[in-house]
Amino acid sequence: MADLAARGEQPEILFWVGCAGAFDDRYKRVTRAFVRILEHVGIKYAVLGMEETCTGDPAKRAGNEFLFQMQAMQNITTLDGYQIKKIVTACPHCFNTIKNEYPALGGNYEVIHHSTFLQQLINEGKVGVAGGGEFKGRRITFHDSCYLGRANNIYEAPRDVLATLDADLVEMKRSRANGLCCGAGGAQMWKEAEPGNKEVNIERTEEALFTLDGNAPALAQTRGVEDGNAGATPSPRANAQGAIIAVSCPFCMTMMSDGVKNKERESDVQVFDLAELIASAEGLNA
Amino acid sequence: MTIENIIFLLVAIIGFGLFAWQARKIRANILVGRDRDMSGNIGERLQKTLLVAFGQQKMFKRITPALLHLVVYVGFLVINIEVIEIVIDGVFGTHRFLQFLGPVYNVLMATNEILGALVIVAVIAFWWRRNVKKVRRFSGPEMRAWPRIDADMILYIEVVLMVALFVMNTSDLKWHRLQNLEMPGSFPVSSLLLGIFPSDLNLLHFLERAGWWAHIVGILIFLNYLPSSKHFHIIMAFPNVYYSRLVPQGQFSNVDSITHEVKAMMDPSYQVPAPPVGPDGSALAPTSFGAKDVEDLAWTNLLNAYSCTECGRCTASCPANITGKLLSPRKIIMDTRDRMEEKYNSPLIFQPNQYGDASKGTERVKIEADQNTLLRGKVTPEELWACTTCNACVESCPVNINPLESIIEMRRFLVLEESAAPHSLNVMFSNIENNGAPWAFSPSDRFNWADELYLAEKQAVTA
Ligand code: SF4
Ligand code: SF4
Repeated sequence: MADLAARGEQPEILFWVGCAGAFDDRYKRVTRAFVRILEHVGIKYAVLGMEETCTGDPAKRAGNEFLFQMQAMQNITTLDGYQIKKIVTACPHCFNTIKNEYPALGGNYEVIHHSTFLQQLINEGKVGVAGGGEFKGRRITFHDSCYLGRANNIYEAPRDVLATLDADLVEMKRSRANGLCCGAGGAQMWKEAEPGNKEVNIERTEEALFTLDGNAPALAQTRGVEDGNAGATPSPRANAQGAIIAVSCPFCMTMMSDGVKNKERESDVQVFDLAELIASAEGLNA
Repeated sequence: MTIENIIFLLVAIIGFGLFAWQARKIRANILVGRDRDMSGNIGERLQKTLLVAFGQQKMFKRITPALLHLVVYVGFLVINIEVIEIVIDGVFGTHRFLQFLGPVYNVLMATNEILGALVIVAVIAFWWRRNVKKVRRFSGPEMRAWPRIDADMILYIEVVLMVALFVMNTSDLKWHRLQNLEMPGSFPVSSLLLGIFPSDLNLLHFLERAGWWAHIVGILIFLNYLPSSKHFHIIMAFPNVYYSRLVPQGQFSNVDSITHEVKAMMDPSYQVPAPPVGPDGSALAPTSFGAKDVEDLAWTNLLNAYSCTECGRCTASCPANITGKLLSPRKIIMDTRDRMEEKYNSPLIFQPNQYGDASKGTERVKIEADQNTLLRGKVTPEELWACTTCNACVESCPVNINPLESIIEMRRFLVLEESAAPHSLNVMFSNIENNGAPWAFSPSDRFNWADELYLAEKQAVTA
């Protein structure tokens, strides 16, 4: 961004990478995939690079309001310094914080999550996969991120994006507003879980695997949703070329990947972010 | 005025008066909470109330209980019209005062009877779900002796009220029929019951009076039972939904006092507004950050506590609870109510929430008086730290209660006032402070992701 500013130029959008997008080895791939899509459609974008710093989301959710506001004010100063108007991010936590919590501190921006952004690109015909590319017919289930779904009511955009892949989309029993957390929100990512009988990410991964495998009896045991008002139960079928758990959040990515590893299912189940799916369907492999 | 009218008048005055007295104390309890401006947005709020409270919108996420609940709820609304008639009849010695409505009265009575019968069916189904099927969300450590008795008690009272209604109608109907008299109204259910009633006119008259008195006295007792019961939600659900949050669920409240401090730190010329002053002009003691006890919560959080149905939908959808952790959002809400009544008014004629620990089914560690606050006294840090702030509890509550807000306020107290965060979170805090990221990475590595992307550009940037 500093470069653009030095050249006196303004980007159309600022891509907010987020700490996970910048530092987490797995999520860096998502960052690159998303950047390739941006390049592919020829949008003029910028990133803050080393001037970006944590939005303060984990601090705020852990109760450290003071640290949160310090971070927020610093970021607002940076963003306002470059006169940023429009921000796109792949992290629902960054998205929620900048969109909903920065205005009270004087930071007002148009903030878009990458699922909505990709949906717009698809609607405008800038990205589109004729025939679904390599994902055609593969079984995919989408795991709702709490900070996208319940926190901000975005349920359809990621599903619309997945629909363009022409894959075999299945819904977990707990999905959309009933979705189960991956277990990492509210600063859980940085601490050990309290004593219990299971980790949240294992519970959620099991549900995803049962869904992908079409294991209806096991799904029926799933607690937290009564009366079977959830999505249709998939029928058992071989997962040609492996099944996919689609996510749209770096925390969900980590938690679901760990879950799949824990269940020793890496050989036939992969976890991908929406941006990666679209990028590889477009042949922009990251 | 007959002696019966005078007795009725007295009973009614005592009944309603007692209720008003209890309601005032509950209001006082709610007002110990911190001020929060909830005015404005009247249109949007009314619409929400219409949908969620009157329209039962969120109940319909689960269809079986929603339909059963709908029967009892509509029955309650319609039967209230008859209660108006009963009160007028009782005070003025009239008989079936509303009969001047003619055909409308017929419809009213018929609806009432059908709903009355359906209510009995629904109540039996509810009882079965609770006591035989044992739907999981009705249990849990916070469902101690009283909450469980309370839930069944309401079902029994409802059956008694409905039976009284049918005794009254049927005996009245038979009394009229036997003398070939016209009886106003139409009674589809009572007409079926005529056979099982005696044919003695005096006895029928007595039964009619007995049913009438049992119905109205029962309702007055029920009214005064409400404030001690989860059943208070039939009243509180409406204001509670009206005052629920209108912002996105992911948006957590801003702490203004901290904003001033941070601004002053970043900009020495920033003028911190004068601290709030009390009515006598002296500065008020600064309030603590977050919540340690009930008066540190906003009044809306306390209103929540009096609206809770103890239905357990929040807890049933809570990922922490599902995976066996101590956290139960319902418990947080129930603890808040119990703490209010322990520390402030116990508005109730009897104090079920305050019965000794024996009735609570769990052994409790003795706590020092100054430690006996909502936080630690009732809610442990372990519960609070298990929350993933996922909003599932908020989403699932049929009356728009927000346990998450209270959880965050108590976390704020732990972190900002007591520095009592778990060690690993303190590490995360210092990482953010020192490196600008929750992980221990150097800020200079922030652009490494681009390495494989455009080496050329990257070199240009770092050069
Ligand atoms: S927000 Fe916290 S208390 Fe509520 S359901 Fe999620 S984890 Fe449970
Ligand atoms: S807070 Fe809401 S969902 Fe939870 S028990 Fe109370 S009424 Fe039910």
